[in-house]
Amino acid sequence: MIVDQTEFRSAILDPEAARPEGLTDGAGRPAGRRFDVYRNNVAVSLTEALETAFPVIRALVGEANFKLLAGAFLRAHPPASPLMMFYGDAMPEFLANFGPTQTMGYMPDVARLELMIRESYHAEDSTAVDPADLQALAPDALMASKIWLAPSLRLLRSDWPVFSIWRFNTEDGAPKPQMAAEDVLIARPDMDPAPHLLPPGGGAFIAALQSGDTFGAAFEAATNANDSFDLGKMLALLIETNSMTKIGD
Amino acid sequence: MLDASSHKFDRLPDTPGVGYKPQHFSDIMEAPGSVGWLEIHAENYMGAGGRPLAQLRHLAERFAFSVHGVGLSIGGEGPLDPDHLARLKHLVSWLNPASFSEHLAWSTHESAFLNDLLPLPYTEATLTRVADHIDQVQEVVGRRMLLENPSSYLAFAESTLAETEFLREVARRTGCGLLLDVNNVFISATNLGSDPISYINAFPLDLVGEIHLAGHDEDEDDHGALLLIDSHGREVAEPVWALYEHVIRKSGPLPSLIEWDNDVPDWAVLEAEAARAARVMETVAS
Repeated sequence: MIVDQTEFRSAILDPEAARPEGLTDGAGRPAGRRFDVYRNNVAVSLTEALETAFPVIRALVGEANFKLLAGAFLRAHPPASPLMMFYGDAMPEFLANFGPTQTMGYMPDVARLELMIRESYHAEDSTAVDPADLQALAPDALMASKIWLAPSLRLLRSDWPVFSIWRFNTEDGAPKPQMAAEDVLIARPDMDPAPHLLPPGGGAFIAALQSGDTFGAAFEAATNANDSFDLGKMLALLIETNSMTKIGD
Repeated sequence: MLDASSHKFDRLPDTPGVGYKPQHFSDIMEAPGSVGWLEIHAENYMGAGGRPLAQLRHLAERFAFSVHGVGLSIGGEGPLDPDHLARLKHLVSWLNPASFSEHLAWSTHESAFLNDLLPLPYTEATLTRVADHIDQVQEVVGRRMLLENPSSYLAFAESTLAETEFLREVARRTGCGLLLDVNNVFISATNLGSDPISYINAFPLDLVGEIHLAGHDEDEDDHGALLLIDSHGREVAEPVWALYEHVIRKSGPLPSLIEWDNDVPDWAVLEAEAARAARVMETVAS
């Protein structure tokens, strides 16, 4: 009786499946629930990886519901690589289609925010430009320049109050979220990434810089998106979070 | 096959080490106590940057490192994942650890990684496959590796070789060394009703480059028999310490790691376990 890994794997991921034959307790009797040690190890370790990755999703649905959700997720999407630090990238899509969370429209973006925070944590290190280099540029030269953003920087543009939901579930005394679209910048000044709510037009500004537009074109995109765009405030945030790594042509 | 002698200076010190946990960073830098080296799980340090790699850079100035892979799936029926091999090569080249090790187990099949060390039947077919994979790993990573004995909860009816014979033959064919996990020996022997001392006596101790010690939990099987679970979540059990002393009497001092991966304790508790391993080595030497 040969047990191949296809059979072993299927039986591990499906708790209803029959245990493979050909496994014993060492004395020749069927292995029985000894096989369930592996089932349990796999389910528990992957659930723990998801709990680490998605603390806010867990807070939103509650601990017991999260375990059910994680159980369904890990069976539909077992990890495609041994890097647990990146496990769960299918979660936003999964939440959009999973029965119990389908009607909670904000959930996929909350999961995207959590994934981006984790990506930022593991992203390549970089050195910020000296703010004096920025101030030394004449306005025309600045408008014609390109800005390189830190590899750890992420932008999430959401139809939902995703930043406010994240904050409400991670900070004591944070205000209750109100319905609004929110753009969020995830920035890592040194080692610890944090999300920041972008001012009106800020999402358009960062998106334009990410696509390689000049500072001037990004400013125009931001003003078109919202005519009250505050460039000074936007730049202060980028400087304070060490988010600009190079200014040039 | 790599020539083991070409790496004879790449050795961990014959002292206790611990599995590195980021929450212990400051304690280790300030008061390492009897801990002379550190082990990391390779997969946790395969990001592009940030705190994990920054901490390693600092620690590597003071401590010898062991890179211990938990995701390569050396026993897998399919081919090794070339992307993962490349990541291992990159990490090992960057950190230049004193030791690199992986498990006699599988974890990936048809592109699904199951995040557990799954068991293998000990047959000629498995032996050929594992030896081929180890040849490939040593070729790509560019150094000799150590292969760790597993903890077993069950046996395969199709097995034809004893685990010690299997490991000895893999090492002979590939030139790899072995990592002897004493807790795993005790768990497997208890779970499968064999004698741990006989296992140690049959084990090629001259090939051992590192020892693992860890805590286990207790459960039971369908017949009410004791079933030990390799949990890495508590102190090393007394019979495992006794077995460790038996090993050290036969082998002499060896780099000996305390693994504590779940419910990780304060540094003082972990260091006390390391100090106990140091005392065993001192007692045996005197």
